[in-house]
Amino acid sequence: MNHDLSSLFDPKGIIITGVSSHPGKFGFVVLHNLLVAGYQGRVFPVGREPGEVLGRQVFGSIDDIPDGAADLVFICTPQSVNEDLLRAAAAKGVTAAFFAAAGYREAGPDGVEAEQRLKALADELGISLAGPNGQGVVSTPSSMCAQIVAPYAPAGEIAVASQSGNFVSSFLNLAHHTGVGVSRAVAAGNAAVLGIVDYLEWFADDPATSVSLIYMESIDDGREFFDRVRPLAERQPIIVVKGGASAAGARAAASHTGAMASDDSIFDGMCRQAGLVRACDVEEGFEVAATFATQPLPQGNRTVIVTSVGGWGVAAVDAMADTSLVPMTLPGDLMEAIDRKLPPRWSKNNPIDMAGGETRDTVPEILEMVATHPEVDSVVFLGLGIQSNTAAMMRSGPFHPDHGLERIVEFHERQDARYATAVSDISQRTGTPIVVATELANARPGNPGPATLRSLGKMCHASAGRAVRSLDLLSRHAAWRRARGLST
Amino acid sequence: MTITLSEAESRRIVARHGVNVSPFVTGSSTDDVVAAINADPEVTYPLVAKLCGRKIAHKTERGLVRLRINDEEALRSAGDDLLAATRPEDGEVELLVSSMVPGNRELIAGLTTDPQFGLVAMLGVGGILAEAVRDVSFRLAPLQPVDAAEMIDDLETKRLFGEFRGEPAVDRDALISTLIGLCRAGADLEGFVSADLNPLIVVDGRPVAVDALIEIESGDEPDGRSSR
Repeated sequence: MNHDLSSLFDPKGIIITGVSSHPGKFGFVVLHNLLVAGYQGRVFPVGREPGEVLGRQVFGSIDDIPDGAADLVFICTPQSVNEDLLRAAAAKGVTAAFFAAAGYREAGPDGVEAEQRLKALADELGISLAGPNGQGVVSTPSSMCAQIVAPYAPAGEIAVASQSGNFVSSFLNLAHHTGVGVSRAVAAGNAAVLGIVDYLEWFADDPATSVSLIYMESIDDGREFFDRVRPLAERQPIIVVKGGASAAGARAAASHTGAMASDDSIFDGMCRQAGLVRACDVEEGFEVAATFATQPLPQGNRTVIVTSVGGWGVAAVDAMADTSLVPMTLPGDLMEAIDRKLPPRWSKNNPIDMAGGETRDTVPEILEMVATHPEVDSVVFLGLGIQSNTAAMMRSGPFHPDHGLERIVEFHERQDARYATAVSDISQRTGTPIVVATELANARPGNPGPATLRSLGKMCHASAGRAVRSLDLLSRHAAWRRARGLST
Repeated sequence: MTITLSEAESRRIVARHGVNVSPFVTGSSTDDVVAAINADPEVTYPLVAKLCGRKIAHKTERGLVRLRINDEEALRSAGDDLLAATRPEDGEVELLVSSMVPGNRELIAGLTTDPQFGLVAMLGVGGILAEAVRDVSFRLAPLQPVDAAEMIDDLETKRLFGEFRGEPAVDRDALISTLIGLCRAGADLEGFVSADLNPLIVVDGRPVAVDALIEIESGDEPDGRSSR
């Protein structure tokens, strides 16, 4: 059952069919995206027009390509010619194919037949076939953007497999926005041969990947899905976004149990049982994956909130109400230690509201004290970027750089960059997750607080609620592992 | 087509797989059940009497359940009334008399066959409010103890499982065994479709099924009528 997908994700050479000089055609776009993203392997455009496209020699036939020079073929040609092209590619040593081409199962009875033939042919030729009717495949370890759409993505440890190609683009856009990068991304298309679980199985063994993120709408065989993903989820966090409204009440209803069982409630229970982490939508799915990819697992559910302003702390506590997280009472020794660092007006409670009493080193020192305390399992840090936000107005006004503004602006901006660096360093060093939230991550992405965090490849959430939600799922997954004797 | 087994048949099947059911006897006449009660020290007053048969799936709606029966006279009167309420379309019926067990907390445990995922177990807050409250959790059978434990923790009203109105906390291990036993009962029964233990009353912390319903594909005749 396990497919070797290394020639799909890390090919040494790629043949692209259907390349023409028309920049609106899929073949052109794929060649363009591959070259722009900096793919280092060999690229062999194949098309009917002789000459060059984007400075590359176009081959009239796959037969003209050297033997063994390519192991992936990217198919953008009409359905009717593709079986011959796949045979020709296989004869040249190709072992994987991505079919962007449409005209298969999605296109009616003839397409269904064509897809069945394609499946049989892939099997006969021993080819790992992705698609058809898919948008493409991205692989940052190979600097590969083999897609008929944009974007490419920053490198990272999240692997994406999606039953919707558009959501691959959404996830990659969110990778750009957050700075938390992607290892692999693939659109399953019609999934004639390779399905979501085949990708998950390969991702679980992929050293470039630490978290998998899937979008799915349908399952062919729920029980088989469960049996295959459960062992994978023990090895690697798998984040699931499920689309598609469920048909409720379609079951035998002589029993109350039958009447109450909906597709979604059973799917949800299955996810919890298998250790899949279920997110409610695409945005949350990416944020949760980004949190798993960049934070250690917490050892329990006791959480401390550190904030520079009261209201944000209240919002974070409110958000914890229906979660596994507990805003813990501050241990006495931690209270005393913080008392020595902050003026008497600080909250003396969790949330730790520093009440504007911060001096140069206060924030990193308090974060360090909290994260290293043995009773604290996780930290929520709120208020990053507030100093730089003040500085931004000073910098843009007519009084800058005079009146002492230059010096204070630089101080504020340096401070937020220090805080962001401290968050990253401390969570890494202590093994205590520290999630960060500020609306500046969206509203002012250039602010040195969120911008520094982004440059360090860490997730900066746009609200306390979203940070808490990601942390909750991280904490629940850690509990799922502990309950089964797995390491955290 | 599916049919439902009688409560007595359903009780015996789940009890064989370790589900705790309230002590009960059955009989085809009032005299039979009175004699059976007198011979069985486990079934104690106050009693509940029901008319029970394969075609009687929803007894409460038809007034076929008599509660708080405190002596033999009341039992005889209830037994005669229930038998008199039999309708021709009910087919084969009998009286089921059980101890009326005390407890304020009512849960529901169930099992259903899902076209996608096969046998699926459910735990929820139960009794007459079950479908309105819809505080339920599902897992795929068979269950490991850790899965069953997490079903309990999934429920919104999990506070119900702690100490409650002078009653001890729910014995989690006993509830886990109930869920695992119910899954085994379903897996072992040919033609199994679905089952309810509703309500599953928490008695001194331990879950006790006071009603059971099993639905099977029609045509299969499980061996549910033999001894307890």
